[in-house]
Amino acid sequence: MQEIYEWFRWLNEATGINLTIVYDSYDRERMIDGFVNTIYLSLVCLGFSVIIGIVGAWLQGSPLKWTRRLVNGYIQLFRNTPPLVQMYFFFFALGSLMPRVENEWGIMEPILSNWHWAILSLSFFAGSFNVEIFRSGIEAVPKATVEAAEALGYNRLQTYVYVVLPLALRVCLPALNNNLVNLVKTTTLAYAIAVPEMLYVANQIWSDSLNVPEMMTFLLFAYVLLVGLLVMVMNKWERSMRLPGFGA
Amino acid sequence: MKTRILAAATALAASFAVGAPATADTLQNVMQSGTLTVGVKADYKPYGYLDSDGNIVGIEPDLAQDVADTLGVELELVAVVASNRMQFLDQGKIDVMIATMTDTAERREVVNILNPDYYSSGTNIMARKSTDFETWDDLEGAPVCGVQGAFYNRKTSQEFGAEIVGFTGTSEALNALRQGRCAAFVYDDSFLNSRLQEDQWSDYNMPLETIDDAPWGVAVKHGEDAMARFMSGMVVHWHTTGQIVELEKKYGIDPVPFTRKMHERYRGYIPEAKK
Repeated sequence: MQEIYEWFRWLNEATGINLTIVYDSYDRERMIDGFVNTIYLSLVCLGFSVIIGIVGAWLQGSPLKWTRRLVNGYIQLFRNTPPLVQMYFFFFALGSLMPRVENEWGIMEPILSNWHWAILSLSFFAGSFNVEIFRSGIEAVPKATVEAAEALGYNRLQTYVYVVLPLALRVCLPALNNNLVNLVKTTTLAYAIAVPEMLYVANQIWSDSLNVPEMMTFLLFAYVLLVGLLVMVMNKWERSMRLPGFGA
Repeated sequence: MKTRILAAATALAASFAVGAPATADTLQNVMQSGTLTVGVKADYKPYGYLDSDGNIVGIEPDLAQDVADTLGVELELVAVVASNRMQFLDQGKIDVMIATMTDTAERREVVNILNPDYYSSGTNIMARKSTDFETWDDLEGAPVCGVQGAFYNRKTSQEFGAEIVGFTGTSEALNALRQGRCAAFVYDDSFLNSRLQEDQWSDYNMPLETIDDAPWGVAVKHGEDAMARFMSGMVVHWHTTGQIVELEKKYGIDPVPFTRKMHERYRGYIPEAKK
């Protein structure tokens, strides 16, 4: 490893390409943390947003008028506002209204941290799109199929879980893919409320070492890699779920 | 008294003289016209700011007044900002600049920044009085708010073990500090000083020793050697008498280590004026 570090140090001296994230142990460690944090934030938000989408789409089909209105209100609120504004609103406005607990420095700290608010706002933001994506899948399930399930004695929840959702999922997977890819990219916004993900770390590194082009390039490739991995997994899943004779 | 100070200032200035003959002479013009024009900040409390009547007041305007009094002329203050202050000096809009300017090698090429420096700002933290930080090492493991891109963030976390929570601007960081999301806020001590004067921050203080000091210099135009010598003498005079320390107290901030140190160093140096 030491030879590799030395080589990158030499690269900086010889060409001016300054990749401190390789040879400087402090920068390396914080960039690794940033990378892990981005993956963690993406996976958690991915999971929550899909759950929100599935539950939201089910509630949207509820026979109760007010449940439907509530879900639609949520979608309008989160789909129509920029995620950065949501993040600031959650962290600085709602965050200060939270109950407080005393931390080890004797300070009354609000209970939800910047991590919590980032996860909440990103999940609800992507979730609002997911609800609509799942609805598009649900509406593509033939009415006759639903009626057949009802005829077999399935109640509404059972019909949704065993019949409608499995078919709907296959229809809406391409759209869901798109939205989840967007979600991974949107996690960069968490830098605004000091969640130490990759953009946040890169920003601090290029302020310290003035190696902006190198860090920008690194960020670009890191996201190409991360999103590429996600797309690969999703495509694999899409293929494994294909039903002969259903959909395209 | 006035003439004694003037004599003392010029006598001290002589020790900084470079020997070049004074030519196009701002100092002479000032004496003839009876008005000294000084560029100061008007947006940097308490160094230079507008009072409720719209007058420029603060530590630097007071220093400028002292210069005018010493010369026995009227003072005219011109508000400058970082992006125009050196140009104003160069164009002759102001005779002297005392405007929170950090003394750097690059700037010394543009204007004549005088020795010695008159002030200095560095890095410190702002924290609740109840938190009881005494040394930088006490920050170990503590969440400390900062502003993204500030050079001392790395030092604060790498050397002192603090967990930097970096926001995009000072207002977000201060908001987070007030919400109790961090134990302290690390930033320029001069900025923190000015915030601490406000009532809303009365429960907070700046408990640590300032580090990474960068000095501020008084500047005149290149080639104005008589003015430069005279102003150098004024700065030495301020350090000798402890006038800047007094002004800091007058405007309600703790004297920064630099002014205290300079006063210690120059104290007892007041030469007798020649009769």
